[in-house]
Amino acid sequence: MNAIRIIPCLDVDEGRVVKGVKFAGIRDAGDPVELAERYNEGGADEITFLDIGATYKSREIMRGIVEAVSRRVFVPLTVGGGIRTVDDMQAILRSGADKVSVCSAALNDPALLTEGSRRFGNQCIVLSIDAKRHGDTWHAYKSGGRTDSGRDAVAWAIEAVERGAGEILLNSIDADGTQAGYDLELLRRVSAAVPVPVIASGGAGKLEHFTAAVREGKADALLLASLLHDGVMTIRQIKEYLRNEEVMVRC
Amino acid sequence: MIGIVDYGAGNLRSVLKAFEFLGLPAQVPAAPAEMKSASRIVVPGVGAFGAAVEKLDASGFRAPLTDWVAAGRPLLGICLGMQLFLDSSEETPGPRGLGIIPGGNRKFTAGKVPQIGWNRVAAGTDPLFAGLPAGPWFYFVHSYYAAPVDTAAVIATADYGITFPAALRSGSAVGVQFHPEKSGEAGLALLKNWGRS
Repeated sequence: MNAIRIIPCLDVDEGRVVKGVKFAGIRDAGDPVELAERYNEGGADEITFLDIGATYKSREIMRGIVEAVSRRVFVPLTVGGGIRTVDDMQAILRSGADKVSVCSAALNDPALLTEGSRRFGNQCIVLSIDAKRHGDTWHAYKSGGRTDSGRDAVAWAIEAVERGAGEILLNSIDADGTQAGYDLELLRRVSAAVPVPVIASGGAGKLEHFTAAVREGKADALLLASLLHDGVMTIRQIKEYLRNEEVMVRC
Repeated sequence: MIGIVDYGAGNLRSVLKAFEFLGLPAQVPAAPAEMKSASRIVVPGVGAFGAAVEKLDASGFRAPLTDWVAAGRPLLGICLGMQLFLDSSEETPGPRGLGIIPGGNRKFTAGKVPQIGWNRVAAGTDPLFAGLPAGPWFYFVHSYYAAPVDTAAVIATADYGITFPAALRSGSAVGVQFHPEKSGEAGLALLKNWGRS
Protein backbone atom coordinates (compact mmCIF):
# COMPACT_ATOMS: atom_id res chain seq x y z
CA MET A 1 0.00 0.00 0.00
CA ASN A 2 1.25 3.46 -0.86
CA ALA A 3 1.92 6.23 1.59
CA ILE A 4 -0.17 9.38 1.34
CA ARG A 5 2.19 11.86 -0.31
CA ILE A 6 2.76 15.38 0.99
CA ILE A 7 3.76 17.65 -1.89
CA PRO A 8 4.88 21.25 -1.38
CA CYS A 9 4.13 23.48 -4.37
CA LEU A 10 6.38 26.43 -5.17
CA ASP A 11 5.03 29.20 -7.42
CA VAL A 12 7.90 30.52 -9.49
CA ASP A 13 8.00 33.62 -11.67
CA GLU A 14 11.10 34.24 -13.76
CA GLY A 15 13.22 32.20 -11.41
CA ARG A 16 11.96 33.59 -8.13
CA VAL A 17 9.53 31.99 -5.73
CA VAL A 18 6.61 34.34 -5.30
CA LYS A 19 4.99 34.43 -1.87
CA GLY A 20 8.30 33.98 -0.05
CA VAL A 21 8.74 31.05 2.22
CA LYS A 22 9.14 31.69 5.93
CA PHE A 23 11.71 29.15 7.01
CA ALA A 24 13.90 29.74 10.00
CA GLY A 25 17.42 30.64 8.97
CA ILE A 26 16.85 30.62 5.25
CA ARG A 27 19.35 32.61 3.23
CA ASP A 28 17.10 33.54 0.34
CA ALA A 29 13.33 33.10 0.69
CA GLY A 30 12.91 33.45 -3.06
CA ASP A 31 15.45 30.89 -4.27
CA PRO A 32 13.61 27.83 -5.61
CA VAL A 33 16.68 25.59 -5.43
CA GLU A 34 17.35 26.32 -1.77
CA LEU A 35 13.66 25.99 -0.90
CA ALA A 36 13.36 22.66 -2.68
CA GLU A 37 16.34 21.39 -0.71
CA ARG A 38 14.79 22.56 2.54
CA TYR A 39 11.48 20.87 1.79
CA ASN A 40 13.33 17.72 0.78
CA GLU A 41 15.13 17.71 4.14
CA GLY A 42 11.78 18.40 5.78
CA GLY A 43 10.28 15.18 4.45
CA ALA A 44 8.57 16.20 1.18
CA ASP A 45 7.53 13.13 -0.81
CA GLU A 46 7.63 15.03 -4.08
CA ILE A 47 8.10 18.67 -5.06
CA THR A 48 6.01 20.66 -7.53
CA PHE A 49 7.07 23.85 -9.28
CA LEU A 50 4.45 25.99 -10.90
CA ASP A 51 5.79 28.49 -13.41
CA ILE A 52 3.26 31.26 -13.01
CA GLY A 53 5.11 33.59 -15.37
CA ALA A 54 4.70 31.05 -18.11
CA THR A 55 6.46 33.27 -20.65
CA TYR A 56 9.18 31.94 -22.92
CA LYS A 57 11.85 33.51 -20.73
CA SER A 58 10.26 32.19 -17.56
CA ARG A 59 10.08 28.66 -18.96
CA GLU A 60 13.72 28.80 -19.96
CA ILE A 61 14.71 29.89 -16.45
CA MET A 62 12.55 27.09 -15.02
CA ARG A 63 14.52 24.51 -16.97
CA GLY A 64 17.71 25.77 -15.34
CA ILE A 65 16.10 25.57 -11.91
CA VAL A 66 14.93 22.00 -12.48
CA GLU A 67 18.37 21.05 -13.74
CA ALA A 68 19.95 22.45 -10.56
CA VAL A 69 17.35 20.95 -8.19
CA SER A 70 17.61 17.51 -9.79
CA ARG A 71 21.32 17.42 -8.98
CA ARG A 72 20.67 17.86 -5.26
CA VAL A 73 17.17 16.61 -4.53
CA PHE A 74 16.33 12.95 -5.18
CA VAL A 75 12.57 12.80 -4.91
CA PRO A 76 10.13 13.14 -7.81
CA LEU A 77 9.89 16.62 -9.32
CA THR A 78 6.78 17.89 -11.11
CA VAL A 79 6.67 21.04 -13.19
CA GLY A 80 3.60 22.86 -14.42
CA GLY A 81 2.71 26.21 -15.96
CA GLY A 82 3.01 27.28 -19.54
CA ILE A 83 3.47 23.79 -20.97
CA ARG A 84 1.59 23.90 -24.26
CA THR A 85 3.22 21.37 -26.54
CA VAL A 86 4.86 17.95 -26.46
CA ASP A 87 8.16 19.71 -27.16
CA ASP A 88 7.63 21.83 -24.03
CA MET A 89 7.09 18.58 -22.12
CA GLN A 90 10.21 17.02 -23.52
CA ALA A 91 12.34 20.06 -22.71
CA ILE A 92 11.35 20.12 -19.05
CA LEU A 93 11.57 16.33 -18.63
CA ARG A 94 15.09 16.41 -20.11
CA SER A 95 16.06 19.08 -17.61
CA GLY A 96 15.28 16.64 -14.81
CA ALA A 97 11.54 16.84 -14.15
CA ASP A 98 9.88 13.48 -13.60
CA LYS A 99 6.38 14.68 -14.42
CA VAL A 100 4.74 17.60 -16.17
CA SER A 101 1.40 19.01 -15.20
CA VAL A 102 -0.93 20.61 -17.72
CA CYS A 103 -4.21 22.45 -17.24
CA SER A 104 -5.39 25.02 -19.82
CA ALA A 105 -3.36 23.56 -22.67
CA ALA A 106 -5.06 20.17 -22.24
CA LEU A 107 -8.51 21.78 -22.18
CA ASN A 108 -7.67 23.67 -25.36
CA ASP A 109 -6.16 20.61 -27.01
CA PRO A 110 -6.94 17.28 -25.27
CA ALA A 111 -4.73 15.46 -27.82
CA LEU A 112 -1.78 16.88 -25.88
CA LEU A 113 -2.48 14.25 -23.20
CA THR A 114 -2.68 11.47 -25.76
CA GLU A 115 0.51 12.49 -27.51
CA GLY A 116 2.39 13.25 -24.28
CA SER A 117 1.61 9.89 -22.71
CA ARG A 118 2.43 8.06 -25.92
CA ARG A 119 5.84 9.72 -26.03
CA PHE A 120 6.77 9.75 -22.34
CA GLY A 121 4.38 7.33 -20.60
CA ASN A 122 1.31 8.21 -18.57
CA GLN A 123 3.32 8.23 -15.32
CA CYS A 124 4.82 11.52 -16.58
CA ILE A 125 1.54 13.28 -17.30
CA VAL A 126 -0.37 15.02 -14.53
CA LEU A 127 -3.65 16.66 -15.48
CA SER A 128 -4.41 19.64 -13.30
CA ILE A 129 -8.10 20.49 -12.95
CA ASP A 130 -9.27 23.81 -11.52
CA ALA A 131 -12.86 22.96 -10.62
CA LYS A 132 -15.63 25.36 -9.65
CA ARG A 133 -19.05 24.32 -8.45
CA HIS A 134 -22.05 24.92 -10.73
CA GLY A 135 -25.12 23.68 -8.88
CA ASP A 136 -24.73 19.95 -8.43
CA THR A 137 -21.78 19.71 -10.78
CA TRP A 138 -18.35 21.27 -11.25
CA HIS A 139 -16.86 22.92 -14.29
CA ALA A 140 -13.20 22.76 -15.29
CA TYR A 141 -11.71 26.24 -15.55
CA LYS A 142 -8.72 27.44 -17.48
CA SER A 143 -6.37 30.43 -17.55
CA GLY A 144 -5.64 30.26 -13.84
CA GLY A 145 -9.29 29.86 -12.90
CA ARG A 146 -10.48 32.87 -14.87
CA THR A 147 -12.29 31.17 -17.77
CA ASP A 148 -15.02 28.52 -17.63
CA SER A 149 -14.24 25.83 -20.20
CA GLY A 150 -17.83 24.64 -19.91
CA ARG A 151 -16.63 21.07 -19.39
CA ASP A 152 -17.89 18.97 -16.53
CA ALA A 153 -14.89 18.43 -14.24
CA VAL A 154 -15.64 14.78 -13.47
CA ALA A 155 -16.25 13.93 -17.13
CA TRP A 156 -13.05 15.77 -18.03
CA ALA A 157 -11.07 13.75 -15.48
CA ILE A 158 -12.40 10.52 -16.99
CA GLU A 159 -11.61 11.60 -20.55
CA ALA A 160 -8.16 12.82 -19.57
CA VAL A 161 -7.23 9.51 -17.96
CA GLU A 162 -8.50 7.61 -20.99
CA ARG A 163 -6.27 9.85 -23.09
CA GLY A 164 -3.23 9.18 -20.95
CA ALA A 165 -3.13 11.32 -17.81
CA GLY A 166 -1.45 9.26 -15.08
CA GLU A 167 -2.51 11.42 -12.15
CA ILE A 168 -5.11 14.10 -11.48
CA LEU A 169 -4.21 17.22 -9.52
CA LEU A 170 -7.59 18.45 -8.34
CA ASN A 171 -7.91 22.01 -7.13
CA SER A 172 -11.18 23.44 -5.87
CA ILE A 173 -11.48 27.08 -6.88
CA ASP A 174 -14.29 27.51 -4.32
CA ALA A 175 -12.29 26.11 -1.42
CA ASP A 176 -8.89 27.51 -2.39
CA GLY A 177 -7.68 30.09 0.10
CA THR A 178 -10.61 29.64 2.50
CA GLN A 179 -8.73 27.31 4.88
CA ALA A 180 -12.21 25.90 5.65
CA GLY A 181 -11.45 22.43 4.31
CA TYR A 182 -11.39 20.61 0.99
CA ASP A 183 -14.40 20.27 -1.29
CA LEU A 184 -14.80 16.65 -0.21
CA GLU A 185 -17.68 15.88 -2.51
CA LEU A 186 -15.66 16.97 -5.54
CA LEU A 187 -12.70 14.90 -4.36
CA ARG A 188 -14.83 11.85 -3.73
CA ARG A 189 -16.55 12.07 -7.11
CA VAL A 190 -13.30 12.40 -9.05
CA SER A 191 -11.50 9.72 -6.99
CA ALA A 192 -14.35 7.30 -7.61
CA ALA A 193 -14.41 8.10 -11.33
CA VAL A 194 -10.76 7.53 -12.26
CA PRO A 195 -8.34 4.63 -11.72
CA VAL A 196 -5.29 6.88 -11.19
CA PRO A 197 -4.02 8.75 -8.12
CA VAL A 198 -5.79 11.99 -7.20
CA ILE A 199 -3.86 14.83 -5.56
CA ALA A 200 -6.03 17.12 -3.41
CA SER A 201 -5.43 20.86 -3.47
CA GLY A 202 -7.20 23.90 -2.10
CA GLY A 203 -8.96 24.60 1.16
CA ALA A 204 -6.86 23.01 3.88
CA GLY A 205 -6.46 25.04 7.04
CA LYS A 206 -6.41 22.50 9.84
CA LEU A 207 -4.81 19.10 10.36
CA GLU A 208 -8.24 17.43 10.46
CA HIS A 209 -8.81 18.54 6.88
CA PHE A 210 -6.06 16.20 5.69
CA THR A 211 -7.60 13.12 7.28
CA ALA A 212 -10.94 14.08 5.74
CA ALA A 213 -9.34 14.44 2.29
CA VAL A 214 -7.84 10.97 2.61
CA ARG A 215 -10.68 9.13 4.39
CA GLU A 216 -13.74 10.80 2.86
CA GLY A 217 -12.25 12.30 -0.30
CA LYS A 218 -10.09 9.23 -1.06
CA ALA A 219 -7.18 11.48 -2.00
CA ASP A 220 -3.82 9.79 -2.65
CA ALA A 221 -1.70 12.88 -2.11
CA LEU A 222 -1.94 16.39 -0.70
CA LEU A 223 -0.51 19.42 -2.48
CA LEU A 224 0.27 22.28 -0.12
CA ALA A 225 1.47 25.82 -0.61
CA SER A 226 0.86 28.72 1.78
CA LEU A 227 0.22 26.56 4.88
CA LEU A 228 3.79 25.32 4.56
CA HIS A 229 5.34 28.47 3.12
CA ASP A 230 3.87 30.68 5.86
CA GLY A 231 5.16 28.31 8.51
CA VAL A 232 1.64 27.52 9.81
CA MET A 233 2.63 23.86 9.86
CA THR A 234 5.53 21.69 8.78
CA ILE A 235 5.50 18.51 6.70
CA ARG A 236 6.75 16.59 9.73
CA GLN A 237 3.86 17.87 11.86
CA ILE A 238 1.37 16.85 9.19
CA LYS A 239 2.92 13.41 8.87
CA GLU A 240 3.04 12.88 12.61
CA TYR A 241 -0.61 13.83 12.85
CA LEU A 242 -1.61 11.53 9.99
CA ARG A 243 0.43 8.66 11.45
CA ASN A 244 -1.40 9.04 14.76
CA GLU A 245 -4.65 8.96 12.79
CA GLU A 246 -3.43 5.70 11.27
CA VAL A 247 -3.01 7.16 7.80
CA MET A 248 0.06 5.66 6.17
CA VAL A 249 2.84 8.19 5.53
CA ARG A 250 6.50 7.87 4.66
CA CYS A 251 8.68 8.65 7.63
CA MET B 1 33.64 3.66 -13.22
CA ILE B 2 29.90 3.01 -13.33
CA GLY B 3 28.40 2.81 -16.80
CA ILE B 4 24.71 3.64 -17.31
CA VAL B 5 23.77 2.18 -20.67
CA ASP B 6 21.92 4.47 -23.04
CA TYR B 7 19.85 2.21 -25.25
CA GLY B 8 17.22 4.89 -25.83
CA ALA B 9 14.64 3.98 -23.18
CA GLY B 10 16.11 5.15 -19.93
CA ASN B 11 15.79 7.73 -17.19
CA LEU B 12 19.55 7.68 -17.24
CA ARG B 13 20.16 11.32 -16.41
CA SER B 14 18.47 11.04 -13.02
CA VAL B 15 20.52 7.94 -12.25
CA LEU B 16 23.70 9.68 -13.41
CA LYS B 17 22.96 12.69 -11.20
CA ALA B 18 22.45 10.43 -8.18
CA PHE B 19 25.84 8.73 -8.63
CA GLU B 20 27.48 12.13 -9.19
CA PHE B 21 25.89 13.39 -5.98
CA LEU B 22 27.34 10.36 -4.16
CA GLY B 23 30.77 11.10 -5.59
CA LEU B 24 30.82 7.81 -7.53
CA PRO B 25 32.28 8.30 -11.01
CA ALA B 26 29.71 7.43 -13.66
CA GLN B 27 29.33 7.82 -17.39
CA VAL B 28 26.85 6.91 -20.10
CA PRO B 29 27.99 4.37 -22.70
CA ALA B 30 25.87 5.09 -25.78
CA ALA B 31 27.33 2.07 -27.61
CA PRO B 32 28.42 -1.39 -26.39
CA ALA B 33 32.10 -0.67 -27.16
CA GLU B 34 32.00 2.11 -24.57
CA MET B 35 31.21 -0.43 -21.82
CA LYS B 36 34.91 -1.39 -21.75
CA SER B 37 35.94 1.35 -19.35
CA ALA B 38 33.16 0.48 -16.89
CA SER B 39 33.52 -1.89 -13.94
CA ARG B 40 29.80 -1.88 -13.12
CA ILE B 41 26.81 -1.44 -15.40
CA VAL B 42 23.34 0.00 -14.79
CA VAL B 43 20.36 -0.71 -17.05
CA PRO B 44 17.74 1.99 -16.48
CA GLY B 45 14.36 1.88 -18.14
CA VAL B 46 11.12 3.75 -18.59
CA GLY B 47 8.29 2.91 -20.94
CA ALA B 48 6.92 -0.29 -22.39
CA PHE B 49 8.64 -3.71 -22.33
CA GLY B 50 8.31 -4.41 -26.07
CA ALA B 51 9.64 -1.03 -27.14
CA ALA B 52 12.55 -1.37 -24.72
CA VAL B 53 13.45 -4.84 -26.06
CA GLU B 54 13.43 -3.44 -29.61
CA LYS B 55 15.71 -0.58 -28.59
CA LEU B 56 18.01 -2.93 -26.69
CA ASP B 57 18.39 -5.07 -29.82
CA ALA B 58 18.67 -2.12 -32.20
CA SER B 59 21.41 -0.52 -30.10
CA GLY B 60 23.35 -3.77 -29.93
CA PHE B 61 23.39 -3.99 -26.13
CA ARG B 62 21.72 -7.41 -25.76
CA ALA B 63 24.72 -9.74 -26.15
CA PRO B 64 27.18 -7.43 -24.36
CA LEU B 65 24.84 -7.32 -21.33
CA THR B 66 24.25 -11.08 -21.14
CA ASP B 67 28.01 -11.65 -21.63
CA TRP B 68 28.66 -9.14 -18.85
CA VAL B 69 26.55 -11.11 -16.38
CA ALA B 70 27.87 -14.46 -17.60
CA ALA B 71 31.35 -13.16 -16.73
CA GLY B 72 30.13 -12.44 -13.20
CA ARG B 73 30.40 -8.68 -13.51
CA PRO B 74 28.02 -6.43 -11.52
CA LEU B 75 24.81 -5.36 -13.23
CA LEU B 76 21.98 -3.28 -11.77
CA GLY B 77 18.56 -3.04 -13.42
CA ILE B 78 16.19 -0.28 -12.38
CA CYS B 79 12.41 -0.53 -12.89
CA LEU B 80 11.87 -1.61 -16.51
CA GLY B 81 15.63 -2.27 -16.61
CA MET B 82 15.05 -5.02 -14.03
CA GLN B 83 11.98 -6.36 -15.84
CA LEU B 84 14.18 -6.78 -18.92
CA PHE B 85 16.28 -9.30 -16.94
CA LEU B 86 13.37 -11.77 -17.20
CA ASP B 87 12.21 -13.69 -20.25
CA SER B 88 8.96 -11.97 -21.12
CA SER B 89 6.18 -9.62 -20.03
CA GLU B 90 2.40 -9.65 -20.17
CA GLU B 91 2.76 -6.01 -21.25
CA THR B 92 4.04 -7.03 -24.69
CA PRO B 93 3.67 -10.75 -25.39
CA GLY B 94 6.26 -11.93 -27.90
CA PRO B 95 9.48 -9.95 -27.49
CA ARG B 96 12.10 -11.79 -25.44
CA GLY B 97 13.81 -10.16 -22.50
CA LEU B 98 17.46 -10.74 -21.62
CA GLY B 99 16.69 -14.05 -19.90
CA ILE B 100 19.19 -13.39 -17.10
CA ILE B 101 16.57 -14.44 -14.53
CA PRO B 102 14.06 -17.12 -15.65
CA GLY B 103 10.46 -15.95 -15.45
CA GLY B 104 8.11 -13.24 -16.69
CA ASN B 105 6.44 -9.99 -15.68
CA ARG B 106 2.77 -9.80 -14.74
CA LYS B 107 0.25 -6.99 -14.58
CA PHE B 108 -1.24 -5.76 -11.32
CA THR B 109 -4.89 -6.69 -11.26
CA ALA B 110 -6.03 -4.80 -8.16
CA GLY B 111 -5.80 -1.22 -6.99
CA LYS B 112 -4.86 1.84 -8.98
CA VAL B 113 -2.58 0.95 -11.86
CA PRO B 114 0.11 2.13 -12.39
CA GLN B 115 1.29 2.07 -8.82
CA ILE B 116 2.64 5.61 -8.45
CA GLY B 117 4.02 6.41 -5.05
CA TRP B 118 6.04 5.49 -1.99
CA ASN B 119 5.79 1.95 -0.72
CA ARG B 120 7.45 0.16 2.15
CA VAL B 121 9.89 -2.59 1.29
CA ALA B 122 10.55 -5.73 3.33
CA ALA B 123 14.17 -6.59 2.68
CA GLY B 124 16.16 -9.57 3.90
CA THR B 125 19.86 -9.57 4.58
CA ASP B 126 21.06 -8.82 1.07
CA PRO B 127 24.01 -6.37 1.18
CA LEU B 128 22.11 -4.09 -1.22
CA PHE B 129 19.99 -3.01 1.76
CA ALA B 130 22.83 -2.93 4.32
CA GLY B 131 22.59 -0.10 6.81
CA LEU B 132 19.10 0.97 5.72
CA PRO B 133 16.37 1.36 8.33
CA ALA B 134 13.97 -1.56 8.73
CA GLY B 135 11.14 -1.37 6.21
CA PRO B 136 12.64 1.40 4.07
CA TRP B 137 10.38 3.46 1.79
CA PHE B 138 11.01 3.60 -1.94
CA TYR B 139 9.33 5.35 -4.85
CA PHE B 140 7.59 3.06 -7.35
CA VAL B 141 6.10 3.79 -10.78
CA HIS B 142 4.96 0.64 -12.59
CA SER B 143 2.04 -1.42 -13.83
CA TYR B 144 3.86 -4.77 -14.09
CA TYR B 145 5.89 -6.76 -11.58
CA ALA B 146 8.54 -9.44 -11.90
CA ALA B 147 7.52 -13.06 -11.40
CA PRO B 148 10.74 -15.11 -11.35
CA VAL B 149 10.42 -18.90 -11.60
CA ASP B 150 12.84 -19.36 -8.71
CA THR B 151 11.62 -17.29 -5.76
CA ALA B 152 15.09 -17.57 -4.21
CA ALA B 153 15.96 -14.67 -6.54
CA VAL B 154 13.61 -12.39 -4.57
CA ILE B 155 15.63 -10.37 -2.05
CA ALA B 156 12.92 -7.86 -1.11
CA THR B 157 9.16 -7.58 -1.42
CA ALA B 158 6.46 -4.92 -1.18
CA ASP B 159 2.67 -5.07 -0.95
CA TYR B 160 0.30 -3.58 -3.50
CA GLY B 161 -2.86 -5.64 -3.40
CA ILE B 162 -0.51 -8.61 -3.58
CA THR B 163 3.01 -9.18 -2.33
CA PHE B 164 5.39 -8.65 -5.26
CA PRO B 165 9.18 -8.67 -5.69
CA ALA B 166 10.70 -5.25 -5.00
CA ALA B 167 14.24 -6.48 -5.70
CA LEU B 168 15.89 -9.51 -7.31
CA ARG B 169 19.37 -10.98 -7.30
CA SER B 170 20.79 -13.70 -9.47
CA GLY B 171 24.53 -14.06 -9.50
CA SER B 172 26.08 -10.69 -10.24
CA ALA B 173 22.79 -9.23 -11.48
CA VAL B 174 20.57 -7.27 -9.12
CA GLY B 175 17.37 -5.52 -10.02
CA VAL B 176 15.09 -3.13 -8.20
CA GLN B 177 11.51 -2.41 -9.21
CA PHE B 178 11.51 0.99 -7.50
CA HIS B 179 13.49 4.09 -8.45
CA PRO B 180 16.38 4.48 -5.99
CA GLU B 181 17.37 7.69 -7.79
CA LYS B 182 14.00 9.17 -6.74
CA SER B 183 13.72 7.60 -3.28
CA GLY B 184 15.50 10.20 -1.18
CA GLU B 185 18.06 9.07 1.39
CA ALA B 186 17.07 5.39 1.29
CA GLY B 187 17.58 5.32 -2.47
CA LEU B 188 20.94 7.07 -2.28
CA ALA B 189 22.08 4.65 0.44
CA LEU B 190 21.12 1.70 -1.75
CA LEU B 191 22.96 3.09 -4.79
CA LYS B 192 26.00 3.69 -2.59
CA ASN B 193 25.86 0.09 -1.33
CA TRP B 194 25.74 -1.22 -4.88
CA GLY B 195 28.26 1.24 -6.31
CA ARG B 196 30.87 0.44 -3.68
CA SER B 197 30.33 -3.27 -3.09
